[in-house]
Amino acid sequence: MTRIDDTFRRLRAEGKKAFVAYIMAGDPDLETSLAVMRGLPEAGVDIIELGMPFTDPMADGPTIQTAGQRALEGGQTLTRTLEMVRAFRAENAETPIVMMGYYNPIYARGVETFLAEATEAGIDGLIVVDLPPEEDAELCLPAQAAGLNFIRLATPTTDSRRLPKVLQNTSGFVYYVSITGITGAAAAQAADVAPEVARIKAATDLPVIVGFGITTPEAAQDLAGIADGCVVGSAIVKLVGEGRPVAEVLDRVAALAAGAHAA
Amino acid sequence: MAEDGINSYMTGPDEQGRFGIFGGRFVSETLMPLILDLEARYEHAKTDPDFWAEMDDLWKNYVGRPSPLYFAPRLTEHLGGAKIYLKRDELNHTGAHKINNVLGQIILARRMGKTRIIAETGAGQHGVATATVCAKFGLKCVVYMGAHDVERQAPNVFRMRLLGAEVVPVTSGRGTLKDAMNDALRDWVTNVRDTFYCIGTVAGPHPYPAMVRDFQSIIGREVRWQLAEQEEGRLPDTLVAAIGGGSNAMGLFHPFLDDPSVRIVGVEAGGKGVDDRMEHCASLTGGRPGVLHGNRTYLLQDADGQILEGFSISAGLDYPGIGPEHAWLHDTGRAEYVSITDAEALEAFQLCCALEGIIPALEPSHALAHVIKIAPTLPRDHIIVMNMCGRGDKDIFTVAKHLGFDMKI
Repeated sequence: MTRIDDTFRRLRAEGKKAFVAYIMAGDPDLETSLAVMRGLPEAGVDIIELGMPFTDPMADGPTIQTAGQRALEGGQTLTRTLEMVRAFRAENAETPIVMMGYYNPIYARGVETFLAEATEAGIDGLIVVDLPPEEDAELCLPAQAAGLNFIRLATPTTDSRRLPKVLQNTSGFVYYVSITGITGAAAAQAADVAPEVARIKAATDLPVIVGFGITTPEAAQDLAGIADGCVVGSAIVKLVGEGRPVAEVLDRVAALAAGAHAA
Repeated sequence: MAEDGINSYMTGPDEQGRFGIFGGRFVSETLMPLILDLEARYEHAKTDPDFWAEMDDLWKNYVGRPSPLYFAPRLTEHLGGAKIYLKRDELNHTGAHKINNVLGQIILARRMGKTRIIAETGAGQHGVATATVCAKFGLKCVVYMGAHDVERQAPNVFRMRLLGAEVVPVTSGRGTLKDAMNDALRDWVTNVRDTFYCIGTVAGPHPYPAMVRDFQSIIGREVRWQLAEQEEGRLPDTLVAAIGGGSNAMGLFHPFLDDPSVRIVGVEAGGKGVDDRMEHCASLTGGRPGVLHGNRTYLLQDADGQILEGFSISAGLDYPGIGPEHAWLHDTGRAEYVSITDAEALEAFQLCCALEGIIPALEPSHALAHVIKIAPTLPRDHIIVMNMCGRGDKDIFTVAKHLGFDMKI
């Protein structure tokens, strides 16, 4: 049982949908991103997705790309991202943290070392975009053995024949990518996404969270309503990129969270 | 061959798309079904005589294959050692080896019912080849090219536009080949239904490294029979080719991997020198294994796994990775890999012009610079075959700048 499982059990008991917020670690510097992160639970965030910056984020649109560049230019490293998690955990023992990013920085660290450090720091799950089920032996299976959830993306191109393979070795929740495309791109339409979410829910007992292309409280409500919750990333990261004060970023997060929770 | 317990170097990759630990399919889930479909369709096409009949016809009548295997007498005499043969792939239609592979992928794309082709390009040779074949077949073509490369390869940008392709300058990252590949992958993940991604080198997720190698292997297969004709049945003693991603080299090397007497040398771009300043593109000599663009291979990266920008006078070699099969051939020791600096390549470029009347591209100038180093040390009956994989017309502005020649008339 991980913090992620506990969170979904609590939300189910309360009859609420989950609101997941993505921020980029170290954007634009460690202090600012830690201040945002610390404010997320009070703003209504149920699960935090913490982006690990990478020079070549192939699945991300310009908003997340430039956020990663800002973080790297600000001196962010995997070591500092883990420090950030420890600092957050010193004050918050409940809110699940999912690290999201690409495989190479983890591979460079060494999978064993990384998993030991991540569990010690208080990470609950991993989303690694460029590790499909075909590469499960790399990180997915060792991560599950270390007690971390390995959360997989299902997409509009994941047909019914392939779905069981994607769901196998997945835990925590399933992240349904609502569009074909990169983060922060076209807007997702609840009517299009609903049958897809139903298809996935018919094949698994895991919660299904919808992400990509959600930018407003109204959209958050619509998309969370047809699933077990929703993720917002680029819309939050964009405000950080514009240099908005932490309080303003968190106000926007609170509005998005209220949207999802009203579903 | 019995070394390392490997019976053959020609059977890879395995079912997971691996050459040893290298290769694989490190892509997002959105692309995974597309890559599996591509693999199935390629496996089918590979054994279909109609597919190869179409290829052979176009290779002969559209590309101009076989390209000559030319004995370079004055270069040989000047260096005073080994006999030097040049595989003249710069004489292909569009002026480089790139079209060998593009034809194969576009014919496959047409069989798959795809109507829109995307490609990444560095020097612009792969972009020009893709734009050319798309024009021939009436397909929509979008080429991603780093903004920095758009600037240093202006003639090729104009060629692509003349051929009807849309050229998209990529400003993300530092605007070179690696960033162009990122944006091509972002396009593909967005336009999954109608789009075929035509990768220009032996890298990317499986099946691309194997597929591109298979299409480029026409180079080595021709060398085998051409040299046998010209040198009374002999095999080459040494093969030399330049490597960015490594497609022209893989095409020359692959048919000879199981001939133990053939020494195989890949030449990486040493830029300003392979040292701690990292102003080079020598992934094997100066990098370590990592995962990028769908495959595990040697990469230029920092201690934290962040990818570093390469540096080379040649836009076509300016890539921080290398094809996974080269990484494997390097680790098994079957092939050796060396590096050549910008300055050495520029000297070789000029020598080739002066002695053989051939203006080489900057990419094969790197290979030639290594030939210049080794030929004098080898006996006169030693045969070197070097792949002249592209012509230098596109590079004259760059070279003029480096030699201090004012091109303004």
